[in-house]
Amino acid sequence: MPTLFLFGASEGGLFDFDATLPLMAVQVVLLTFILNALFFKPVGRVVEEREDYVNTSRAEAKKKIAEVEQLETELKDQLKEARLEAQKVILEAEQDSENLYKEALALANSEANASRENARREIDLQRDEALNQLKSEADNLGDLIIERLLAKK
Amino acid sequence: MGFLPFVFPLAELEVGQHLYWQIGNFRIHGQVFMTSWLLIGALLALVVIGTKKMERDPKGVQNLLEFLWDYIRDLARTQIGEKVYRDWMPFIGTLFLFIFVSNWGGALVPWKLIELPSGELGAPTADINTTVALALLVSLSYFYAGLSNKGLRYFEYYVHPTPIMLPFKIVEDFTKPLSLSFRLFGNILADELVVAVLVFLVPLVLPVPVMFLGLFTSAIQALIFATLAAYYIGEAVEEHH
Repeated sequence: MPTLFLFGASEGGLFDFDATLPLMAVQVVLLTFILNALFFKPVGRVVEEREDYVNTSRAEAKKKIAEVEQLETELKDQLKEARLEAQKVILEAEQDSENLYKEALALANSEANASRENARREIDLQRDEALNQLKSEADNLGDLIIERLLAKK
Repeated sequence: MGFLPFVFPLAELEVGQHLYWQIGNFRIHGQVFMTSWLLIGALLALVVIGTKKMERDPKGVQNLLEFLWDYIRDLARTQIGEKVYRDWMPFIGTLFLFIFVSNWGGALVPWKLIELPSGELGAPTADINTTVALALLVSLSYFYAGLSNKGLRYFEYYVHPTPIMLPFKIVEDFTKPLSLSFRLFGNILADELVVAVLVFLVPLVLPVPVMFLGLFTSAIQALIFATLAAYYIGEAVEEHH
């Protein structure tokens, strides 16, 4: 039975160095190459491809966000312009309608004035006529009265 | 058990016994390779299942593998630096995964059910040969990383910031693999021993919290080993100004 700490013994022991050492070293080196081919390279490729994919996707998304923001500001500007234009149109329309109203009012006033003038003129004419007629009839009556008076005498 | 006055039938402690396989003139520890092959097989099976049909929207095992990949990448990137971490990520990741499955496999799989003629199955990292092999690989890696990245200017590191540092830096080259290997070996072996002794003395309830502690230690040790390996490599490739 070997004791617990047997240094340099010919048979067994904890510190029993032999061909296990170089063979194990060779085995680990071989394992390194095998794992490199089976594990590190393929997994690394997949992981790095995914990292590239995520990075490019993120860059694209950022570009798209920038585009969208630009479009948004453009649309906002357009909206503002359109609103201003609409206000202008409304103002013009109000002015137009006021002008039309004023014109119509003026026309109506002048027409009314004209027809009143006409009416006045006609009244004057008819009154003059009537007066003349009355005058002539009065003259005739006067003549007749004079004649009769003269005839009686 | 030789050193305990009584023998308990439920569990038995075997320390420092190995199942020897003879290959030519060399002998290897069979139990270490048996468990490591099983655990590496399980790890590779998981990897193959997870990478069989990978999609952009990960499902099932792919999620786990991607989480591990991400974790290892972060570890390598923070310790080694942005410039060369890609070259070393498979090595750091393999160290982490191998140590992790070894530690957890040793703690979770009831190896005791399998009888061996000599020795017993357990975590491959509880064998000093494994941890020294891993630590020496780390040493070779950081030398290679430094020399391949900076050429002979790598040795400026030894006199940086002052030449007084030279002996300390040289000693460090020896203490680094020593501390790496012994930290891992000691922690995992101690955990196995504590659990075994507790099961031996009090077979009920009491070993359970220690087993959970062991799982925690195992994961932490895998992380520490991989982090330190990455740190040493990062130190070697770092540019001084």
